[in-house]
Amino acid sequence: MADAYIYDAVRTPRGKGKPDGSLHEITPVQLGAQVLNAIVERNNISDDNAPDDAIFGCVMPVGEQGSNIARTAVLMSDLPQTTAGVHVNRFCASALEATNMAAAKVMTGEADLTIAGGVESMSRVPMGADGGALMSDPHVTFHNYVVPQGISADIIATKYGISREDADLYAVESHKRSAKSWERGDFNNQIIPVKDVIGLNVLDKDETIRPTTDMQAMGSLGPAFLGLGEMMPGFDKVALQRYPELEKINHIHTAGNSSGIVDGAAAILIGSKEAGEKLGLKPRARIKAMASCGSEPTIMLTGPEFVTEKVLARSGMSKSDIDRWELNEAFASVVLRYMQAMDLDHSEINVNGGAIAMGHPMGATGAMILGTALGEMERSNKETGLVTLCIGGGMGTATIIERV
Amino acid sequence: MTYKTFTFEIDADGIALMTIDLPGQSMNVWNEDLIEDYIKAVDEFCANDDIKGMVITSGKTSGFLAGADLRMLGNMPADATAQQMFDANFKLQAAVRKMETAGHSAKNLTKGLAHAKPVACALNGLALGGGMELALGCHYRVATDGKFQMGQPEVQVGLIPGAGGTQRTMRLAGVQNAMQICTQGKPMDAKTALSQGLIHEIAPAADVVAKAKEWVKANPKSNAPWDKKGFKVPGGAGAMDPRVVPIFAGFSAMAQVATRHNYPAVRRILSSIYEGSIVPIDVGLRIESKYFVQCLMEPQAKNMIRTLFVNKQAAEKGADRPKSVGEIPMKKVGVLGAGMMGAGIAYVTARSGMDVVLLDRDMDAAEKGKDYSRKLNDKGISRGKLTKEKSEAMLAKIHTTASYDDLKDVDLIIEAVFEDPGVKKDVIEKTEAVIRDDVVFASNTSTIPISNLAKNSKRPDQFIGIHFFSPVDKMPLVEIIPGDKSGDLPLAAALDYVGKIKKTPIVVSDTRGFYCNSVVMPYLNEASRMVAEGINPALIENCALDMGMPVGPLALTDETSQELGLRIMRSAQEELGDKYQPTGVEDLMEKFVEELGRKGRKSGGGYYDYPEGGKKALWPELSKHFPLAADQPTPEEVTDRLMFIQLASVAKCFDNDIVHDPQSADLGAIFGWGFAPWTGGPMSHIDTMGVDNYVAKADALAQKYGERFAPPASFRDKKGFYEAA
Repeated sequence: MADAYIYDAVRTPRGKGKPDGSLHEITPVQLGAQVLNAIVERNNISDDNAPDDAIFGCVMPVGEQGSNIARTAVLMSDLPQTTAGVHVNRFCASALEATNMAAAKVMTGEADLTIAGGVESMSRVPMGADGGALMSDPHVTFHNYVVPQGISADIIATKYGISREDADLYAVESHKRSAKSWERGDFNNQIIPVKDVIGLNVLDKDETIRPTTDMQAMGSLGPAFLGLGEMMPGFDKVALQRYPELEKINHIHTAGNSSGIVDGAAAILIGSKEAGEKLGLKPRARIKAMASCGSEPTIMLTGPEFVTEKVLARSGMSKSDIDRWELNEAFASVVLRYMQAMDLDHSEINVNGGAIAMGHPMGATGAMILGTALGEMERSNKETGLVTLCIGGGMGTATIIERV
Repeated sequence: MTYKTFTFEIDADGIALMTIDLPGQSMNVWNEDLIEDYIKAVDEFCANDDIKGMVITSGKTSGFLAGADLRMLGNMPADATAQQMFDANFKLQAAVRKMETAGHSAKNLTKGLAHAKPVACALNGLALGGGMELALGCHYRVATDGKFQMGQPEVQVGLIPGAGGTQRTMRLAGVQNAMQICTQGKPMDAKTALSQGLIHEIAPAADVVAKAKEWVKANPKSNAPWDKKGFKVPGGAGAMDPRVVPIFAGFSAMAQVATRHNYPAVRRILSSIYEGSIVPIDVGLRIESKYFVQCLMEPQAKNMIRTLFVNKQAAEKGADRPKSVGEIPMKKVGVLGAGMMGAGIAYVTARSGMDVVLLDRDMDAAEKGKDYSRKLNDKGISRGKLTKEKSEAMLAKIHTTASYDDLKDVDLIIEAVFEDPGVKKDVIEKTEAVIRDDVVFASNTSTIPISNLAKNSKRPDQFIGIHFFSPVDKMPLVEIIPGDKSGDLPLAAALDYVGKIKKTPIVVSDTRGFYCNSVVMPYLNEASRMVAEGINPALIENCALDMGMPVGPLALTDETSQELGLRIMRSAQEELGDKYQPTGVEDLMEKFVEELGRKGRKSGGGYYDYPEGGKKALWPELSKHFPLAADQPTPEEVTDRLMFIQLASVAKCFDNDIVHDPQSADLGAIFGWGFAPWTGGPMSHIDTMGVDNYVAKADALAQKYGERFAPPASFRDKKGFYEAA
């Protein structure tokens, strides 16, 4: 089997996912095309050595993100029409899944050069826009005791003894780290400012970081999922049927200690050794191992610990082999539980901050945090990193990368 | 053609009038005869070009059509295949659709290549279940402004509407209304039906047929709304409609909370509506029929129909009433003792139209008892369920007194004084001194054997126990306990009285705790025993709730109070001496009452704290006094203990003839202590799992946890209880 190497990783800044967000005027196709163009420009890609395929994550693939946003973005980019495109939906891990699929194509020899990534304009195609049986078909919801993710995050907090204060402390630190990383220029090599149709920069920095936030500000926010859980329609009592050992669900999550709703896109160039040589590129990292797993769907967001065990076992590695840990900050309790399960200190994980501060553009996040981890490994001269995300429906996806 | 179940007359305008009037029945229902007739009549209606339209009404003053004859479902052969069951159900489904389309295809109707013949329904009274479904298959519905109800109550016996109810309700009233109507099963009045688009017009009862005919005449080409081009479900439909996705998600959650996954019919109703809202009606009807058949393929509906419908009705009609006794006048009832029980008994008696003489030691005490009725009536008035006038008339029926002389013309005595043999003796003697000698004396004791009390009576053959549960106005069951000398008269009187107050009676033996408390106490004790073992209290409570119990056993222990629990154990200990069988929770109860000062909900809390105006929460210090075990059992293990301790106690009562038949055992369980209704009751549940499987599991539990789980020896060679009967 061939090795798959990462040659480049770029992302847009993340814009607030509301009508007053800076990226709200930019179509998702444009977000996708602009990161693809950056890959083309930065890596000497031409019609002769163009990637075989572009695989994009997108979690709401309907409306203007529908009918294969990856191919649409390719057609609107500087890539030649010979580059194919496919979108994938592994919910929040879509772009990491895209990465793993792109790597697999290279490893198996199906492709020499691929682009992985993702796009999500949450301000333009809101969550829930795709309907779907998972949340609405009674056969499915009954069979699986389906509750919204926020309730799941609160189940984790209740079951594993994570308090509101723990979560708020984590969230404050996420903002601090994100701000510091920006200040230090950690992201400079990754960021592709987004341009409008007349060539002006509409956004060149993540829009939702609050460097000065503190426990008081965090503490002033109300629990976001209390109403859904305890009042209408009362999801807590659905959750307690799956977790009868709990007397009640503690609703600790707020808009402050959960990931932000944002717009953004990311792309990663992955190829074989020969493909890189042809482009005159130096590989930055090798994709060492990949895995996905399913986990209990009501608590939904505990997949990362299980997929981590799986990917370590599959690659014959152990926890001590990992120098940098990156887990998407979907909710504070997800990371705090993962730290408990893996016995990690906060200083070892998400050292550049994460989605609580910078936002979680669902279809793109996996590629963004992979880029973050790679950048940090290069900055701090570390060898091995593990990137993972929790996933709706009860799943986990993970990738281990190794600098070369 | 002539028909057995309705008249079918065609007038000069070519309008057929189908007047459903089942011979020999007080109410129209879908039975095999009506279905057969109806299918033929629909064929005639479609085939005969001289028939231009049709009006359907009922010849009964009792209403239009009350749904399916539930006994009919029992006639399905036990080995019927899915296809056979589907065909049997789809017969009616297809006939209603044929009537609606005049036999034309939906395609031709929507394209305007054909049109249906107008059919209107003259609803002269209630239309429930299949009655409502027949009405919805008509193009126009006129309802009487008199007594009227419309609804889809199938869910209450574990079924779903199976003649288009989910599909047409959804297409007329929208997804949300349809889910409410079909999953809750509550009937609605004419105004609500009109506002939801389920009927078109309300008219005086005498005019409904004329109005229906008028409409038929005026609308010779009439398609159902869903057979017209461009039809859309009101409010949106389907998995892709952002307006209804949250409705489906929310409703699924609410239904899961309400049913705890114990009633698959509810989920099937939601699925019929969800899936049916995405496809044309012909496909939707097929989907509905398949979910209906799924209900028939499982034992739940059969069990629920048997207990909650057939046996409940039989008990309420006095199945156990001795035929030798003629009608007993029951106009005035003497209630002795105006405490909590007496006050409740006075309330339910007066509410049912009987006069009450409410007697206590002094007027103040008697009036205090009457205050209970005043309070409940005021609540009813504030909720708009009762008028001031009706309340006053009801209260006027309760005559408070401290004088035994006022009892001289009562037709029945119900004694509910303090549970003290001396006090009871005194009251019995004083009462019998004034009442007529044909009047039955009933005691509401819960702890003293009836035969012992009857020794104080001049007429022990007219003495009986009528055991109410607290709170009397809410609890639907009454235990009737003949003493060893009770004759037929007191049994007949007790059943007549319980019939009048519209509660469900069961007849049980005169033994300590009678039937219900003989099961409830071991059940509650099992939960306390688990706490003492260090099992997580939340797990115990949730397992009970998930099993279908209305409250957790620890919460119920708080309600009945640790104090009473301890007192009962101690008095049993005293009375039985060496024969006393330890409950295993004597120490725990003593600790709660005497050491921790947690005597029950009303005195300092128990397992729970009860903050004023807040939700109850498990006492945070519980785990300090009963530390959690490191190894916790699985939910299945806890559920088994909670379920099988009840089954074992019921089995013991049945084996000892404390409860005489499986019907009473099941009714008493569901309506007495809230045993999971989805099972049809404990005896039905044992039958459903198979008696041999029950015995094997009970044996295993007895080995693991103790003899209290052991099955009676007589169960070992039983095949079944209902099947065998």
